[in-house]
Amino acid sequence: MASVLKMLFALGFAVGLVPVAVYLERRVSAFIQGRLGPNRVNIPLIGRLGGILPGGLAQPVADVVKLLFKEDIIPLRADRVLFLLAPLLVFLPPAVGFAVIPFGNRIGDEALQVADLNVGILFTVSILSVSVYGLAFAGWASDNKYSIMGGLRAAAQLLSYEVTLGLCVVTALMFSESLDPRTIVERQARGILGWNILGGGDLWRAPFGIVAGLLFFIAALAENKRLPFDLPECDAELVGGFHTEYSSMKFALFFMGEYVGMVLMSALWVTFFWGGWHLPGVTDPSSATLLQGILSVLVFSAKVLAVLLLYIWVRWTLPRFRYDQLMDLGWKRLIPIALANLVAVAALGALRGGPR
Amino acid sequence: MTGRGFWKRWSDALYLPECLKGMAKTLVRFFQPKFTLSYPEEVHVPRPGYRGEHRLKKDEQGRVKCVACMMCRTACPAECIYIEGGPSPWPDRDKVPRVFTIDLLKCIYCGMCQEACPCDAIELTTVFTRVASSREDKVYDLEKLLSR
Repeated sequence: MASVLKMLFALGFAVGLVPVAVYLERRVSAFIQGRLGPNRVNIPLIGRLGGILPGGLAQPVADVVKLLFKEDIIPLRADRVLFLLAPLLVFLPPAVGFAVIPFGNRIGDEALQVADLNVGILFTVSILSVSVYGLAFAGWASDNKYSIMGGLRAAAQLLSYEVTLGLCVVTALMFSESLDPRTIVERQARGILGWNILGGGDLWRAPFGIVAGLLFFIAALAENKRLPFDLPECDAELVGGFHTEYSSMKFALFFMGEYVGMVLMSALWVTFFWGGWHLPGVTDPSSATLLQGILSVLVFSAKVLAVLLLYIWVRWTLPRFRYDQLMDLGWKRLIPIALANLVAVAALGALRGGPR
Repeated sequence: MTGRGFWKRWSDALYLPECLKGMAKTLVRFFQPKFTLSYPEEVHVPRPGYRGEHRLKKDEQGRVKCVACMMCRTACPAECIYIEGGPSPWPDRDKVPRVFTIDLLKCIYCGMCQEACPCDAIELTTVFTRVASSREDKVYDLEKLLSR
């Protein structure tokens, strides 16, 4: 029973943050550009609650309704099986990846996490790679030159940046000495200095933590195909990239997949580098009361939301990379830095004689 | 590819300082006032000299100022003005317009008619929001032009 509830919560968290992220995306982008953004579609019946709520909160719902009622077109020469499979392969892996994220401390004996896998990190990293297939399938099955270019770009980009991502994750788990996300967070739950971004309790390692955290975020941007790395779908060159031929709900699945992927990446970043559900002074790692459990979930949500805002902020600031620049950045800069960082952390650990 | 130049180029291509500068810029922009007007509630007021829909002026005695000299029609690059003159009921001028129509769908709002008019009889107002339900409604006749 409890695990069913946790599953529902994790899925609800992943999918429920999508409309929030969409709304934030549209409003924040507008504010950055000196506009107001969508502010007319209010929640039915309660409206803006007399000015307490900002306008336009129901805009994502309107978007979904619009997408649902659009005509669903499958191109005549498309490979139907792959064409139908692709959106699912893009949407499901990030949602499944939430299974191992500890979204809170514990209530009683229940750890607030769907599956407490001791190889949780490997599970997430491998599940993330699956969505590459979705993108490649979508590009191939559409029988459209723009789509296949987008699919190829997506495959190459995601594979390249996964290396950096993996190396940064390895740095984080060298700090925490565990492959289990729950243990990683618990190791960090000793105040802000315990967070892996600041070296996980050892200030000597803080510079390496910062570098690894930053690289993880850059790689995460590329993994989510977000600007400045949105080459698989850049409208100016490829119309819509791999999802050019998709319409209606199938397009919506790609769209949601992108946002769920963002939420998952944010959750991973928070878990690996920013102390997960822990915030000193608010959550108490040793307590297992209901209030503490809820607080830890709220802290985790707030952190994820903050990272989502950072995603949006970056997207509406930076211009798109050229494809060769993207590959240059990935292979000639980020990977060497991540590797050097990893070696330095290992050397430091060896020199200073083990943990703490 | 000597030492220093290589590292400078290598680190330049990380783009990090530029990215941070850009993000600082957008952060400032986020909090600055917005340009958007919430249209039905807030209406844009054009500055003086804005070229909107036309009107024909009247003199102090309420007579139409236009003397049907065809200067505006000649000046109009879009050829949207049609004038038919008739004999004047008043002794101080020869002609008055009997028909004066402007097709506002053809008009390009350049203001040449206003500049050409020797009697200061035609003017472009700042009205820009008027809508019509048919093409014919957008062809303004003498009565409509004088009623502004």
